[in-house]
Amino acid sequence: MTQAPRMSSLADVVTRQNTLAGTTPFVTTRNLNFYYGDNHALKDINLEFPAKRVTALIGPSGCGKSTLLRVFNRMYSLYPGQRATGEVLMDGDNLIDPKIDATDLRARVGMVFQKPTPFPMSIHDNIAYGLKLHLKLSKAELEERVEWSLRKAALWEEAKDRLHSSALGMSGGQQQRLCIARTIAVKPEVLLFDEPTSALDPISTAKIEELIAELRADFTILIVTHSMQQAARCSDQTVFMYLGNVIEVGPTAQIFTNPSVQQTMEYVTGRFG
Amino acid sequence: MSWGFAWLALLVAAAGFWMGRARGVRFAEAGAHEIGSVHSRPHYHGLFVAILALLPAMALLLLWALLGDRLIAREVLASVPAGGIGATDLDREAFLSEVRGLVRGDYAAAFDPNAEAAAALWKQLAQRWGVVFGLGSVALAAMGALWGWSRLRPQFRARTRVERMTMLLLVVASLVAILTTFGIVASLVFESFRFFELVSPMEFLFGTNWSPQTAMRADQVGSSGAFGAVPLFWGTVFIGAIIAMIVAIPLGLMTAIFLTQYAAPGFRKVAKPVLEVLAGVPTVVYGFFAALTVAPAVRDFAISIGISDASSESALAAGLVMGVMIIPFVSSMADDALTAVPQSMRDGSLAMGATPSETIRKVLIPAALPGIVGGVLLAVSRAIGETMIVVMAAGLAANLTANPFHSVTTVTAQIVALLTGDQEFDSAKTLSAFALGLVLFLVTLALNVYALAVVKTYREAYD
Repeated sequence: MTQAPRMSSLADVVTRQNTLAGTTPFVTTRNLNFYYGDNHALKDINLEFPAKRVTALIGPSGCGKSTLLRVFNRMYSLYPGQRATGEVLMDGDNLIDPKIDATDLRARVGMVFQKPTPFPMSIHDNIAYGLKLHLKLSKAELEERVEWSLRKAALWEEAKDRLHSSALGMSGGQQQRLCIARTIAVKPEVLLFDEPTSALDPISTAKIEELIAELRADFTILIVTHSMQQAARCSDQTVFMYLGNVIEVGPTAQIFTNPSVQQTMEYVTGRFG
Repeated sequence: MSWGFAWLALLVAAAGFWMGRARGVRFAEAGAHEIGSVHSRPHYHGLFVAILALLPAMALLLLWALLGDRLIAREVLASVPAGGIGATDLDREAFLSEVRGLVRGDYAAAFDPNAEAAAALWKQLAQRWGVVFGLGSVALAAMGALWGWSRLRPQFRARTRVERMTMLLLVVASLVAILTTFGIVASLVFESFRFFELVSPMEFLFGTNWSPQTAMRADQVGSSGAFGAVPLFWGTVFIGAIIAMIVAIPLGLMTAIFLTQYAAPGFRKVAKPVLEVLAGVPTVVYGFFAALTVAPAVRDFAISIGISDASSESALAAGLVMGVMIIPFVSSMADDALTAVPQSMRDGSLAMGATPSETIRKVLIPAALPGIVGGVLLAVSRAIGETMIVVMAAGLAANLTANPFHSVTTVTAQIVALLTGDQEFDSAKTLSAFALGLVLFLVTLALNVYALAVVKTYREAYD
């Protein structure tokens, strides 16, 4: 714990050295700190998330990776006693500035959770839910967008004949793809995935991972995962965190094959964490 | 007399306990160095003997307490010379009650000369049979103790036996409540059948004229005796299921939404118990609040808006207060239902950019709806069974009206009116109370069963 400042400054150096070649940062954090009451959960996070790339956040439980993810759409602001300081920059806006409306922000930064959470309504209405909140679409435009979202989420073929039946009747994997479809329907710029496959079987997991690879063309993606293989398979950039600090960040291949910090090596090879 | 024997039997059981325990101690001493040579600790041996002594003795004394009076009464009646008392049940009851009074010493002298002799016989019989049953129970206690004591062995499983008898005791205790319920239902059904012999069920269930005064004499005026209960059913539904729910559902639901979604944990911790205290206020307190404060205010309001025939006891006053009474009930059920909706569903909606109130309206309430509906049905069943408020504030006039400023009456208020005061228990008027009670019981039972089934399937959906 006493080494924290040294480590994060080391991470700064590493960040600058390892920015993915040929990309522009889309989201940038500057001196981001996060507190649960008195608990200092994120310490001076300085990261760049390249546009239309997948960044994986890995680290042992309690390292702050989910906390970091929840800063980007300000989910924390719903809970008393949780606060963030510093800057999260996207298109020149500081996302954690209270002047930015949280509901508008969440249309720009979508989030998919660990547990599939279809709303108690039809498949169609689940997709239309966000659209109706944020956009004024004609009936035809709405139907078009629903189909577009379901196609994007590789769910159209399975869902087209039962659009108006309850979403609660779908399998777990289908429900999670429905949640992804629902999230991308409002065409956000950033997608946050919080352990999206930890409640799913291997076949559904494979489908979601395939989907993430396809969505990469259109969205800037951040994914928190406990599965090292998933991080290695899906991501372009990997951030390794421990006790609220970024220990190392770099191109995924490099983090998994040739990390520059001993601790990262021990974690990715399973000897620690 | 029999109390003395009961104490004696208890003493025998206590002696049995010490003897059994002493024997257990000897077993324990003999086998002190070998684990497993004695099955139970000494006091279990004692308890086993004591229970075997007590059970049969108490059973016999209970039998005496339940049947003794009837046995003696039969023998006393048989002793009276033929023609000494009238032939009807009523005559016999009157005679016996005089005899009992004489036995207790309530009367200085007997009206009926036969009663004097009968009382003497009663005393003699009571003493004789009391001694017989009392001694019998003590003897049973002693025999039970001896038999139990003779069965004790080092390997005897006294502990297991005591456990089994404990369970038996608990089963009997829980049977008391269940059997009482069955008894109540049986008496309701039985008395209702007697009512339906006098009044046809069709008239009762579908007739619209309720005027239960039956003529005592042939020439009496205005006591036709009409038993069409529809105005009562309507009044019950109007107050309990319509007016009260119009108050209780929105307020209860909004309370629950505030407490589960918006209130700070500290406030919730205080507000929830306070609300539950509101549910514990005796209904008679709500009743006089309804009758003395709300009803006059409602009448004045009605007159001020030009309804000149508003009555001082109104459906609205009773319904409003009953609605307030039901609020904590609805809010607590809705609270449970909303809390059972997974946090992840709420987060999912908020992450889509919905505000908390949009999330509640479009996601949480639809998700919690079955639970809320179940809670509301339970609240309705409570409201239609509620008595005090309607007795005090709704009135007794059986009007079939949809005007909330008029007086209506309910099933419960009528039952109270029919059964209070001196009543003969075989007239259609009195018996109609049992038929009303039966209808009320069946309706609330159906509501409860259905509501609990709804709530249960709802809970399973999120477990």
